[in-house]
Amino acid sequence: MTPAIEVTDATVRYGDVLALDGVSLTVPRGRVCGLLGTNGSGKSTLFKTVLGLVRTDRGRVHVLGRTSAAARRAGLIGYVPQSEQVDWAFPVRVHDVVMMGRYGRMGPRRRPRPDDRRAVEAALERTGLAELAERRIGALSGGQRKRAFVARALAQEADVLLLDEPFAGVDRRSEETIVDLLRSLPAEDTTLLVSTHDLAQVPRLCDDALLLQRRVLAHGTPAHVLRPEVLMEAFGVRTAPEAA
Amino acid sequence: MDTLTVLAQWFAQPLQFEFMRRALLVAVVAGVACAVLSCWLTLVGWSLMGDAVSHAVLPGVVLSYLFGLPFAVGALVFGSGSVALIGTVNRTSRVKEDAVIGVVFTAMFALGLVLVSRVPSQTDLSHILFGNVLGVSDTDILQILVLAAAVLAVAWYKHRDLTLYAFDPVHAHALGISPRLMETLLLGMLSVTVVVALQAVGIILVVAMVIIPGATAYLLTDRFERMLALAAAVAAAAAVAGVYASFHLNVSTGGSIVLAQASAFALAYLFSPRQGVLWRRRRPARTVR
Repeated sequence: MTPAIEVTDATVRYGDVLALDGVSLTVPRGRVCGLLGTNGSGKSTLFKTVLGLVRTDRGRVHVLGRTSAAARRAGLIGYVPQSEQVDWAFPVRVHDVVMMGRYGRMGPRRRPRPDDRRAVEAALERTGLAELAERRIGALSGGQRKRAFVARALAQEADVLLLDEPFAGVDRRSEETIVDLLRSLPAEDTTLLVSTHDLAQVPRLCDDALLLQRRVLAHGTPAHVLRPEVLMEAFGVRTAPEAA
Repeated sequence: MDTLTVLAQWFAQPLQFEFMRRALLVAVVAGVACAVLSCWLTLVGWSLMGDAVSHAVLPGVVLSYLFGLPFAVGALVFGSGSVALIGTVNRTSRVKEDAVIGVVFTAMFALGLVLVSRVPSQTDLSHILFGNVLGVSDTDILQILVLAAAVLAVAWYKHRDLTLYAFDPVHAHALGISPRLMETLLLGMLSVTVVVALQAVGIILVVAMVIIPGATAYLLTDRFERMLALAAAVAAAAAVAGVYASFHLNVSTGGSIVLAQASAFALAYLFSPRQGVLWRRRRPARTVR
């Protein structure tokens, strides 16, 4: 079966800086893959590579057997942004944000049809945000905000979800809720790539993990990747680092 | 004479004059077109870009004069040209964007000034710089109505995409909606709107028209659709107030319109139900921003 995400020998440079050095990654369908590494390890660049936001000097990217551009046009890729990248003062309601997940399926004016409304209701219900749908997105707590963006990806019915640091700015209890939610997604349909430098949730959330430091340092089960000697190479410390 | 009659006269008197009716029409139409655009510009953080584009159209306007073309043609070429130039210099040098914007728009404006000094009819410069809403011709009005209608139609058709782009360009990209295309669309609309508003308040004050209504509405609501409506309402009211004030007090029309907008902003800043500074001082906001 075609893998959900297949990155082959990707090399990305920003000017003189080598951000990714021959990175290969295969995520089979229905798996949750954790992307681990320090700040500046190339996690974001690898995300951008899968999304087609940066040009690779070398290498190829396929999402469900298509090029990244074709996969985007087909609405296969869902994206949950990092908290710092969102303008929380923006005047949009939770419902509006989740509805944005449906835009790829609408006509040029993006007028919601009954299908779209039903998908949004269902996504809000799944993520426990139905009561908060009329709130401004910035009025939610850290965990609720994350869930709103997961709801957007659910409404999109994306097959591949990219989650950028989903645990940053979220308290422990919300972390658990988010992990439960992500684990409850039907495994046969949804593939997750989760970038995080918070290692605490990795064993519960991820089927596989990939440790990145511009190149792939380790790839395997979380237990394999989270061994102290492996982490030491990436983080340069003996113990697992605290979450930022 | 009772107060009501005085008030009625105050309103009716200017309307006897053809030039006042035209001025009101132009000011309201230009104000509304700018206001709608200003909502996205404030949220994307492009206020400085509005300033840049409005100044950079000057040489285009002068050249249009020289060749007998409509204002809009030259303004569009130079408006979008300078935006492209800003983008190119920004990408290919280490100079930061605000500095690049500063260099490009002042250079364009200077080019415009130099060109004006070689163009025979000197009187027009002050009209371009400060607006000439009391002396608009039939051609001007037609041009303004057509361009404003075009901008508003595009805004109506694409408002959800523009809002998505302003809120989360990466998500737009992930959905196959090109952020680059949205950016170009917004900048194109900005160039056209600048031409529309140029007639009303002049190049120097256009930037106010594409910032203040959006910023004011932003203080008044948490819903984007309402923000659009409020911005348009603020701009229309300010246009009417400004034109009337200018007639009765015999002061600059463009200046009056922008002052009316600024007053609306000041009121919203002080008294907005949720964002007003006066209330917030007494009752500290519960949600952390």
